[in-house]
Amino acid sequence: MNKTQQSPLFHISKRGALPWYKAWGIRGSAVLIALIVCGIITSLVTGENPFLVFAAIFEGSFGTTRKFWVLLQNIAMLLCVSLAVTPAFRMRCWNLGGEGQALAGALAAAACMICLRSSLPNWAVILLMIVTSILAGAIWAGIPAFFKAKWNTNETLFTLMMNYVATQLVAYYCVVWESPKGSGQIGIINPNTHIGWFPQIGPYKYLLNILIVALVCVGMYIYLNYSKHGYEIAVVGESERTARYVGIKVDRVIIRTMLLSGALCGLAGLLLVGSTNHTLTPNIVEGRGFTAVMVAWLAKFNPIWMILTSFLLVFLGRGAGEIATNFSLNQSFGDILTGIILFFIIGSEFFINYEIHFRGAGKKEG
Amino acid sequence: MKKIIALLMVLVMVCALAACGQKAPAPAEQAEPTFEFDNDSTPFDVSTLSEDEVKKVKVGFIFLHDENSTYDLNFINAAREACEGLGLKEGQDFILKTGIPEGQECYDAAAELVDAGCNIVFADSFGHESFMIQAAKEFPKVEFCHATGTQAHSAGLPNFHNAFATIFEGRYLGGVAAGMKLNEMIEKGQITAEQAKLGYIGAYPYAEVKSGYTAFFLGARSVCPSATMEVTFTNSWYDPTLEKEGAIKLINNGCVVLSEHADSMGAPTECESRGVPFVFYNGSAEADCPNTFIVSSRINWVPFMQVMIGNVAKAQHLHADWTGTMATDSVVLSDLNEKVAAPGTAEKLAEVSASLRSGTTKVFDTSTFTVGGKPLTTYSADVNDLGTFTPDTESIVNGAFAESVFRSAPSFDVDIDGITIIDQ
Repeated sequence: MNKTQQSPLFHISKRGALPWYKAWGIRGSAVLIALIVCGIITSLVTGENPFLVFAAIFEGSFGTTRKFWVLLQNIAMLLCVSLAVTPAFRMRCWNLGGEGQALAGALAAAACMICLRSSLPNWAVILLMIVTSILAGAIWAGIPAFFKAKWNTNETLFTLMMNYVATQLVAYYCVVWESPKGSGQIGIINPNTHIGWFPQIGPYKYLLNILIVALVCVGMYIYLNYSKHGYEIAVVGESERTARYVGIKVDRVIIRTMLLSGALCGLAGLLLVGSTNHTLTPNIVEGRGFTAVMVAWLAKFNPIWMILTSFLLVFLGRGAGEIATNFSLNQSFGDILTGIILFFIIGSEFFINYEIHFRGAGKKEG
Repeated sequence: MKKIIALLMVLVMVCALAACGQKAPAPAEQAEPTFEFDNDSTPFDVSTLSEDEVKKVKVGFIFLHDENSTYDLNFINAAREACEGLGLKEGQDFILKTGIPEGQECYDAAAELVDAGCNIVFADSFGHESFMIQAAKEFPKVEFCHATGTQAHSAGLPNFHNAFATIFEGRYLGGVAAGMKLNEMIEKGQITAEQAKLGYIGAYPYAEVKSGYTAFFLGARSVCPSATMEVTFTNSWYDPTLEKEGAIKLINNGCVVLSEHADSMGAPTECESRGVPFVFYNGSAEADCPNTFIVSSRINWVPFMQVMIGNVAKAQHLHADWTGTMATDSVVLSDLNEKVAAPGTAEKLAEVSASLRSGTTKVFDTSTFTVGGKPLTTYSADVNDLGTFTPDTESIVNGAFAESVFRSAPSFDVDIDGITIIDQ
């Protein structure tokens, strides 16, 4: 009998830190392989020329000036929610309630526009919208934070459930404020008086949102990396016990950070209602509260990298829509391609963190 | 803590500063003005179009869902039929955008279509309307045509139009088929006359849906006098689960024939698995539900699109509203499923259909229904939709409710006796 020990075909070990160019090399090749797989699937399933399909994806974001603005606007909104959940994530507090917190903000903003339009001047309505929607978002995050800090409840489940409460609440108010009666639609609020509509900067509909979110992005970067709060968040995230030992009041940090998280989500809701949509629907946030989790993770909770990751997701989403239009394919096909690309990108992180040793290679080393 | 407050304050200041640039608020809304009705039903003969005229148009379409929704599928099919019938090519001369939500995305989609060179843009869902109006204001040279909307005649925009069809007549015919089925069940002894209860799954409780189910019920009761009906709402245009649950609820309440005004296959497939006959909407379900599907009515949007595209090509005036009728072939019934329908249904449908066309039968004839035990002699409907729900237009004309006469979209929103709205 052969007594030599059978070593496995391959084994996996953790890598040390990779130099940046190697890490990006792996990411780049992942995207490349993803595109090739997408191309093969496109030609097999639809018979379309994959290069034309890729061109259409590109065109979805850069085809016209308007499309480019819409791209920027969508990046801004996604980035805003992603930035919002980031401080909580850095603290290892999984705030999955971005959707609900943004909806709470949107609801507050719409409420001001509808209930105060005949009693207050425009500037006062806008000021109240800003205050109430940021507060509403903060409260929506503050409730689960309070329970976590006091009784150590699970914030993941709690924030998730708060999403459903917010969605139903918005659905309820859509019926209260519907026009015409029974239609469940609010339509554009104050279409003629424009009360509560944020001002437009020159001819650029979306510039205000983009500028505000850019400010928030820089602010968040500084807050997380150069402020005492940011440091406390990092320590609590690493180890709550260490934090307690060095005298950080963990409960306070949790509540404070979640309030900030919710407030920024509320801001996203405010911008959606006051600045672009001027209406309220239960799906006005469009799942950004969940997509934000992916944006934040992919960027490793770095606010500046998040610009890139939210660009990637919005770019793919817009491309999916363009494919649907240009090739009379279902929107779902674009989503399939997006899924493939994300699969490879997320998978590439594995190869950055771990190394695979094959049997043959191992022997030489031994 | 201080820093968070400071951060929030900065944000508030930024926004407040921006807000200061705003003009003084506009004066409060005044009393409701009166509007001219401009509702037309003339079809357009596309054979009169020359090739050069057709070349002048590029058409864009905005759909709420994709072809999985029966309503959108019907609209998508019509778009292709109308455009390809004129020799227009998809992607070049006409563009379809599916899955556009009822929000800012609708405005963006409309604007992108204009950028792509479209001079006529259609949207298919009720909630698209205010965003189409927003686009119509910005692009006065492009015609915006919105199906099922209510605001064209009061919006004051020459390039914004609404359209609908007298689908209540189609639903009335569907009701006749359902009533015949009830009669058959009574005759066979499967149910007593008192148990002749219909069920209806509606999307939203407003005029478009109410007008539809009332017409269906009146059609059924015209042949089965003991018929009653229960209605449940899903508050969504497309929700397979809720529509299925609605069907189960109605069947459990003793409804023996079902119909619906919602856009998924949720209810029909449930009816098929439970063997409950149903009348469908938007298109035939005979292929999927061969044992329970009776008949279906749908709006044929092709004549509407021909009117809009044809008149744009000829640079002619477009009316604020356009209402398709049975005469313009805008209201059509699918093939009757003889396997399920009661014997004699085809003949009866042909007879009622002719009577509707000639005007002898009026769907909302006030002698055929009561409200709170009394006949309806006068009713002021909210025809000018300004978001204020003010009844503004007397709609009982010559002993019938004047449906889709003043504007294209339905305005019949009366709860009549015999129909029970459950879970409210």
